[in-house]
Amino acid sequence: MADKLGKTLTDPLVDNNPVTLQILGICSALAVTTSLLPSLLMSAAVICVLIFATAAISLLRHQIPTNTRLIVQMTIIASAVIVVDQVLKAYAYETSKQLSVFVGLIITNCIVLGRAEAFAIKNPVGPSILDGIGNGLGYSIILIAVATIRELFGSGKLLGQTVLPTAAEGGWYVPNGMMLLPPSAFFIIGLLIWAIRSWKKQQVERPDYQIHEVHRTEVL
Amino acid sequence: MADSSKSRDTVARTLVMAVLTSLVCSALVTSVAISLKPAQERNELRNRQQNILAVVGLLEAEGTIEEKFENIETRVVELSSGDYADDIDPDQFDPISAALNSDTGIAIEPEVDVANLKRRANHARVYLVKQDGDVVNIILPVRGAGLWSTMYGFIALQPDGNTIRGLKFYEHGETPGLGDQIDRPAWLAQWEGKLVYGDSGAPAVEVVRGQAPEGSPHQVDGMSGATLTGNGVNGLLQYWLGDDGFGPYLEKHWSTDRG
Repeated sequence: MADKLGKTLTDPLVDNNPVTLQILGICSALAVTTSLLPSLLMSAAVICVLIFATAAISLLRHQIPTNTRLIVQMTIIASAVIVVDQVLKAYAYETSKQLSVFVGLIITNCIVLGRAEAFAIKNPVGPSILDGIGNGLGYSIILIAVATIRELFGSGKLLGQTVLPTAAEGGWYVPNGMMLLPPSAFFIIGLLIWAIRSWKKQQVERPDYQIHEVHRTEVL
Repeated sequence: MADSSKSRDTVARTLVMAVLTSLVCSALVTSVAISLKPAQERNELRNRQQNILAVVGLLEAEGTIEEKFENIETRVVELSSGDYADDIDPDQFDPISAALNSDTGIAIEPEVDVANLKRRANHARVYLVKQDGDVVNIILPVRGAGLWSTMYGFIALQPDGNTIRGLKFYEHGETPGLGDQIDRPAWLAQWEGKLVYGDSGAPAVEVVRGQAPEGSPHQVDGMSGATLTGNGVNGLLQYWLGDDGFGPYLEKHWSTDRG
């Protein structure tokens, strides 16, 4: 049992990662990863929303009418997101300005509704929260990895501290400007997916269909 | 487990759940929003002060924000006459809510409403940056419609009321990566030294499409992929520096040095 709970938490980290395996939450992963600090804050925000939403939905799972369950889930998720957004505006104002609309857009992050609908609505509170934390961490790992690469090579810094002195400031490193633009996150996530699937072969999907040659006589 | 899915799918149960969920969620959101409001307002005030300092290049200087603000005098101006209205406390004045009230604001005629504001207050704040008693910069708040929402910013002028010291936006909802180039220091730096008024006396300073001609006294480079944001910047500058905005005030108090 404890082993199963542990797997609920650790499975989404690599084996069933929401970003690299399920390709969810890509929009915000592209948008907020230009530097590390907003990515950390975004990760924390998503984890908080996931914990609150999965806990609430799991608690109410016997009460939520099946025919309106998506709307009820969205209402709970939206409330959690607004609360998180308000807290950030009060206590992390500068970074929340950098995150701008993307905190609000956690509402539409497929990971949150995905976990609510796939797990929390059918499972007790404890495992649901673990599942939420696990998926939030899985999302965070990718966000932090992408943001580390982008901030380091795009501006020569990490968390605002200079690591590679840039040529503009008298150092030697010429920053790669593309790293600061959204497409670079696409490339990095693509390379990450490639790397993970080379390591964990079972994640490679079967081809949808295969073209095989058919001789005319066979058809007839 | 007591409930089978049949009994919770009755119309009554569905309605009760819908109402309860809405009530609980709205109560939660409201109480959080209200209890955090003071902290958020403090942050916004601080952010506004930081931006006022940044637009005249004082943010990096030594000292705390409060100390630096001792050299900045805040006054209220009646826009139509251009006179100071010292009966209004600048700290209490709220231009947005004043604009909505018919006693303290007016509807802007559609043909002059190039910033797409619909209404403005009769008064506006100005910030006078002083050094040894002399005014060295005038900072004017500007706002206007961008592509998605209203852009709020400050423009700082030299005491001739014509030469731009700096421009900065502190709140906007422009497209990340495209329109938010209005925050980029390199783009903002172009404004310094440009002249607001052309030969006709109307505001001539503008964002052009593509690159501004070398040495142009009034034009700055456009932002690629953000033509509509650039148009919004043009609209708000034209409105607030024109006759319906701070034009009369600048004319009255600061035009003596104008060439």
